[in-house]
Amino acid sequence: MNKLQKIFENKKAFIPFVVADDPDFETTVQNILTLADNGANIVELGIPFSDPVADGPVIQAADLRAFKAGVNVNLVFDIVEKARESTNVPIVFLTYTNIAFKFGYEAFCKKCHELNIDGLVVPDLPLEEQGDLKKYTDKYNISLIQLIAPTSDERIIKIAKAAQGFIYMVSSMGVTGKREDFSNELSPTIKRIKEVTDVPVAIGFGIHSVQQAKDLSELADGIIIGSAIVDLINKGEDLAEYANKISTAI
Amino acid sequence: MKEMQKTDPKSRYYGEFGGQFIPETLMTELNKVSAAYDKYKTDPDFLEELKTLLNDYANRPSLLYYAKNMTEDLGGAKVYFKREDLNHTGAHKINNVIGQALIAKRMGKTRLIAETGAGQHGVATATIAALFGMECEIYMGKMDTDRQKLNVYRMELLGAKVHPVTTGSMVLKDAVNATLQAWTQRVDDTFYVLGSAVGPYPFPEMVHDFQSVISKESKRQILDVEGRLPDAVVACVGGGSNAIGSFAEYIADGDVKLIGCEAAGKGVDTDQTAATIERGSTGIFHGMKSLFLQNNDGQIDKVYSISAGLDYPGVGPEHAHLAITKRAKYVGITDDEAVDAFEYIAKTEGIIAAIESCHAVAYVEKLAPTMSKDKIIICTLSGRGDKDVASIAKYRGRDIDE
Ligand SMILES: Cc1ncc(COP(=O)(O)O)c(C=O)c1O
Repeated sequence: MNKLQKIFENKKAFIPFVVADDPDFETTVQNILTLADNGANIVELGIPFSDPVADGPVIQAADLRAFKAGVNVNLVFDIVEKARESTNVPIVFLTYTNIAFKFGYEAFCKKCHELNIDGLVVPDLPLEEQGDLKKYTDKYNISLIQLIAPTSDERIIKIAKAAQGFIYMVSSMGVTGKREDFSNELSPTIKRIKEVTDVPVAIGFGIHSVQQAKDLSELADGIIIGSAIVDLINKGEDLAEYANKISTAI
Repeated sequence: MKEMQKTDPKSRYYGEFGGQFIPETLMTELNKVSAAYDKYKTDPDFLEELKTLLNDYANRPSLLYYAKNMTEDLGGAKVYFKREDLNHTGAHKINNVIGQALIAKRMGKTRLIAETGAGQHGVATATIAALFGMECEIYMGKMDTDRQKLNVYRMELLGAKVHPVTTGSMVLKDAVNATLQAWTQRVDDTFYVLGSAVGPYPFPEMVHDFQSVISKESKRQILDVEGRLPDAVVACVGGGSNAIGSFAEYIADGDVKLIGCEAAGKGVDTDQTAATIERGSTGIFHGMKSLFLQNNDGQIDKVYSISAGLDYPGVGPEHAHLAITKRAKYVGITDDEAVDAFEYIAKTEGIIAAIESCHAVAYVEKLAPTMSKDKIIICTLSGRGDKDVASIAKYRGRDIDE
């Protein structure tokens, strides 16, 4: 079985997201280790992009901090390499298409493979356009994570059938960022997904409170927390404590 | 080109460029737009309504004007201007907005959103929203709301809400980001009226089709007055909508040279430029695979031009294809050259043309003298220059109160 998929076998997965090099190299490495030590089952590491169209203000600001720190793609790889000295926690990259494209899809996937990266989340690469990249994610045994949105509708089945690793269920419309309400479509959508695939489903976008994490984890196989963690890191609050609370709650 | 689109199974592409690189949240909606466009583009009622609005409301057909003074002064090829500046709202943008808004109406949408650079597309969208009784919200980079104040007020006067965008470099690229984000938040009642020949399929095709009225008319007009096709067609290129519209009907006529004029800003070899085709490389951004100004890491560059309508780091996929296949040629025109042309065409022809369009005029000044007197150039004046008067004065060191 796919390595990512296995993680969800006996438990709900907690998937925190951090932006690479926000605010700097050492802190990012440390944050990955802290998350891994405090219940994270997979860490999603964001490669900063100049124009993060799928992201809200919190993650946009984190990307800017990373650029200020001088981030580039090779530095992100170095962060993973450094973290890999101390942890085997599964890591997936969040990257906009252009970063991988410009690096060269094959070179990018090869590098991911060397760093023991398990998956790629590419928010601006819908199913129809994945062919060129998929050739190499397949070759290097990396899961190309499918996103399903509240509006996916007739596309759900098609996307679910193509899924590997886990499915990123987008909780609501709009961009990343804290939310109080989630789409009514979540439950029926996940049900439709489950009819066609065993690939686990993790819900992300907008989750911040422990209660939300608990409630949403009941609908799915895992939860992804991005903006709330990025915000907490920025404010210098206790990451270990938050991660612990979430991972025990779900 | 058209034929290729129909028979090519990868019809979302122009050669290697195009596609739909957009978040999953928008894919269903984008497919609905595609389906609606496919349905209506040959629908007689739709085409009739489009034609009526273009003619009776937007003042089409636009004139093809023989620029006698300029022709004599330059001493070479005959220069004709395709006068999109005489359209209602003062630019070619209205051609596309009427088309897309009619699609939106037929899809049952009640709200239009759009990005704008110089403000011309925003004004056109706000105008049609007013006409159709639709809600309208416009996203415009903060830099551009500052340098195009008149157009901001115009949009507000027409009932639109204008959002200054303060992310990134606060220009057109960032306005597109903001509009895409706004669309992601609310698709049910909302149509994104994209203002240039860019973005995910079907936008480049829709914009091509709605703007091709420019070359459909100019071809008929030049055959009427000259009895033959032009030797060159020149237009400015931001995202490429007036250029693709100016080129469209001539693409299959191999003898007609097609020349797009990009904004070189302070020079193509400086980092203060927006000359995408000359300086850019293949990338994937704003929903399309095309040419972009970007660094080695795939981060999109901040771009610069005096013209708010041309400082965009990408270009439409069809232009990328025309450039790579060498069917069209693209040249960079600097701020200085464009401002000189702004003054030149005003003084020789009595036309105050948009600073965007003056990038094309500047190239005509270079090209015409190299061609013999029996040759013909058609240059598209994409818009009128009232909006630019204050900033050109400022460029020349004159401070005038707006
Ligand atoms: C008058 C005018 N010309 C040209 C442009 C550039 O757009 P495009 O390349 O899509 O024609 C603009 C854009 O704002 C404009 O206002």
